[in-house]
Amino acid sequence: MDVEILSRIQFAFTIAFHYIYPPLSIGLGLLLVVFEGMYLKTGDKRYEQITRFWIKIFALIFGIGVATGIIMEFEFGTNWATYSKYVGDIFGSALAAEGIFAFALESGFLGILIFGWNRVGPKVHFFSAVMVFLGSMFSAVWIVVANSWQQTPAGFRIVGEGMEARAEITDFWAMVFNPSSVERLTHVWIGAFLAGAFLVLSVNAWYILKNKHLHIAKPSFKIALFTATICSLLQLFVGHKSADGVAKNQPAKLAALEGHYDSLATGDMYLLGYVNNKTQQTTGIRIPGGLSFLLHGDFKTPIKGLNAFPENERPRQVNAIFQFYHIMVGIGVTLIALSVFATWLHFRNKLFDKRWLLWIFVWAVLLPQIANQAGWFAAEMGRQPWVVYGLLRTSDALSKTVTANQVLFSLIMFMVVYLLLFILFLYLLNRKIQHGPVDYGTKEDIEEGSKRDNPLLAH
Amino acid sequence: METFLGLDYNIWWFLVFGAVISGYAILDGFDLGAGALHLLLRKELSRRIALNAIGPVWDGNEVWLVIGGGALFAGFPVAYAAIFSAFYVPFMIFLVGIIFRAVAIEFRSKEPMLWWRKTWDMVYCGASTIIALSLGLMLGNVALGIPLNEQKEFAGNWLSFFNPFSIMVAITTLALFMMHGSIYLTMKTEKRLYARLRILSRNFIIFFVLSFVITTLYTLLYVPHLSDFIRTNPAAFIIPILMVLSIANIPRQIKKGKYRYAFISSSVTIALLLIMVAMEVYPYLLFSTVNPANSITVHNAASSYKTMKILLTIAVIGTPLVAIYTSFVFWTFKGKVKLDEMSY
Repeated sequence: MDVEILSRIQFAFTIAFHYIYPPLSIGLGLLLVVFEGMYLKTGDKRYEQITRFWIKIFALIFGIGVATGIIMEFEFGTNWATYSKYVGDIFGSALAAEGIFAFALESGFLGILIFGWNRVGPKVHFFSAVMVFLGSMFSAVWIVVANSWQQTPAGFRIVGEGMEARAEITDFWAMVFNPSSVERLTHVWIGAFLAGAFLVLSVNAWYILKNKHLHIAKPSFKIALFTATICSLLQLFVGHKSADGVAKNQPAKLAALEGHYDSLATGDMYLLGYVNNKTQQTTGIRIPGGLSFLLHGDFKTPIKGLNAFPENERPRQVNAIFQFYHIMVGIGVTLIALSVFATWLHFRNKLFDKRWLLWIFVWAVLLPQIANQAGWFAAEMGRQPWVVYGLLRTSDALSKTVTANQVLFSLIMFMVVYLLLFILFLYLLNRKIQHGPVDYGTKEDIEEGSKRDNPLLAH
Repeated sequence: METFLGLDYNIWWFLVFGAVISGYAILDGFDLGAGALHLLLRKELSRRIALNAIGPVWDGNEVWLVIGGGALFAGFPVAYAAIFSAFYVPFMIFLVGIIFRAVAIEFRSKEPMLWWRKTWDMVYCGASTIIALSLGLMLGNVALGIPLNEQKEFAGNWLSFFNPFSIMVAITTLALFMMHGSIYLTMKTEKRLYARLRILSRNFIIFFVLSFVITTLYTLLYVPHLSDFIRTNPAAFIIPILMVLSIANIPRQIKKGKYRYAFISSSVTIALLLIMVAMEVYPYLLFSTVNPANSITVHNAASSYKTMKILLTIAVIGTPLVAIYTSFVFWTFKGKVKLDEMSY
């Protein structure tokens, strides 16, 4: 295998693994703010327990998120040196802004959030939770801005020629608010909220099924369900807006998302399907003209197909892009159905009677994760063969001095390390969940807690 | 060329970048040092206290690495691209160290079994040591220069990074961090652990001074270009003098039991060391040993002036904010370590 494909696999692999954690941090961060806010407002000890329990899980997730995120920042330099020189002006400023405005805020207050219970008052502690949450939201802002600029470049000019060419900022705010920033950012944020909400739903559904910690499992389930319902419905609109943007700014990507080749035809919308990349045929369950309707409001208007683009300016793995996109959309619809149905049951006071539904919630934690990953893959593969849309090809973006063997070595190393990390993460997450929240309010629990945490007594 | 207070923007950003790197070395330096000496603390309770001494702040300290990476990427993209692709292999090892260290700290306390904790103690110590050594190794090679071709790209073999000078710098870096970390831990502990760390910090000071002297002598004899600037600018001689004074002040303060001043002194030492390296290296960010004309400099590697201005605006707004809440976090956890139910 050559350097290009190895570097692409390495980047996709390391970012996919990393992208399990930040959405959880953002989503859990939101719920932590809600839980601790409830505690502060009502003084109800149950909310303190809930908050403390989720902070421990948050810390675990955050730790791996940071460690794997640092890798990403430097992989641009190690594997994509030409790209780094090309976009340094822009991508670099976004990364620097992320570090100083977002990540520093998040990591700074994290210490107080985790270790500060006995050091600061409840209000300062709550403030820290808000700051950690805001930090993670700002992080998403700068990262999505940087990525969106690659999708829809704006506010720059090209200086130099050939391999010396590079982009220079001409208008900072036009770069930040490039045509796709806002819609992609809101899409990512809500995807993250859903990931967090469904983790909380899953854990609490399991407690309710096992008849454990009911006094805290039920209220947290309800709060998370409320969050999930609002967010999944919002995502419908935001996701649609995103697709509109793709149609306007990256027509080749849109055509790939729907497996649409023929430029003269109306765009069909597929619920399920298969794209034959060779024969350029798409088969499956479809709504004829559905895509045209979504984009233009009628079933007749033809949509630009992949054939309208030169062979070397359109993505190749159309079927994969199509499938990733449809998995994401399908899951989005499922999440709406699931959360709206559960909310309806809740208002009829039947929510916790339906064991089968609770079991679905236990496993539904995977759905937003899969949707986030699939959405990311669809977005990034749909941009190919460009690394910066219409400007710089992925094949030209590599580090020229790095050899295939070096990339292979690091790729294998990351695979081994991440596999190990993932197993340990699941093991510890499971242990935390099995152990459950500790009641800090009653005497026995405090004794039990200190016995567990005091090594002199533990051994 | 546009200037601000008589210096052009590139130089300003070089100074900002240098400040960030110094911030990183001072802050992450003490927790890396604490990690590297971790196994020298024998008792489980001691190790736990040591871990919790850095617990609330190490994550924030590592942010400076991320800011530094962003600062280099944004301000000097050509240097960012060249440095990380050239140092591919050592840098990957560094990154794996970063991963293992973070998860070791996070995972260690999650299970009570002795084998579990011992394993993560070893990982934590090993990873911290590897990070310190690889940082030093890369710094040594940056100071020394590496072969760069006419396209300003690395044209050498990564095995050549393991040259005597860079290995000495690596060991000195490790020694420096261990000294710095042991002083920090002494400041944060009490009773028997405090007594043990007092002895350890004294040993690490000796370790550091020895490796520093040897590296300096080697530099003067065999790497003359790294003392050119000071030799030709007598005024710059103030920096090494200040450094000797600040190093000498460390054992003096320790003897008086004033660990906070000793810690400030070792922080100053780190900053002065980096200032000296920066002085000698400037205007090069990466010197080409093949042909000086191929070198990457503060001027030929930089972003546009527009970006430089934006970056400086970001730094001017962001730095006070970071300073405020970093101080707030350190202030919150001031004093000796107290374990509670949320500790590691």
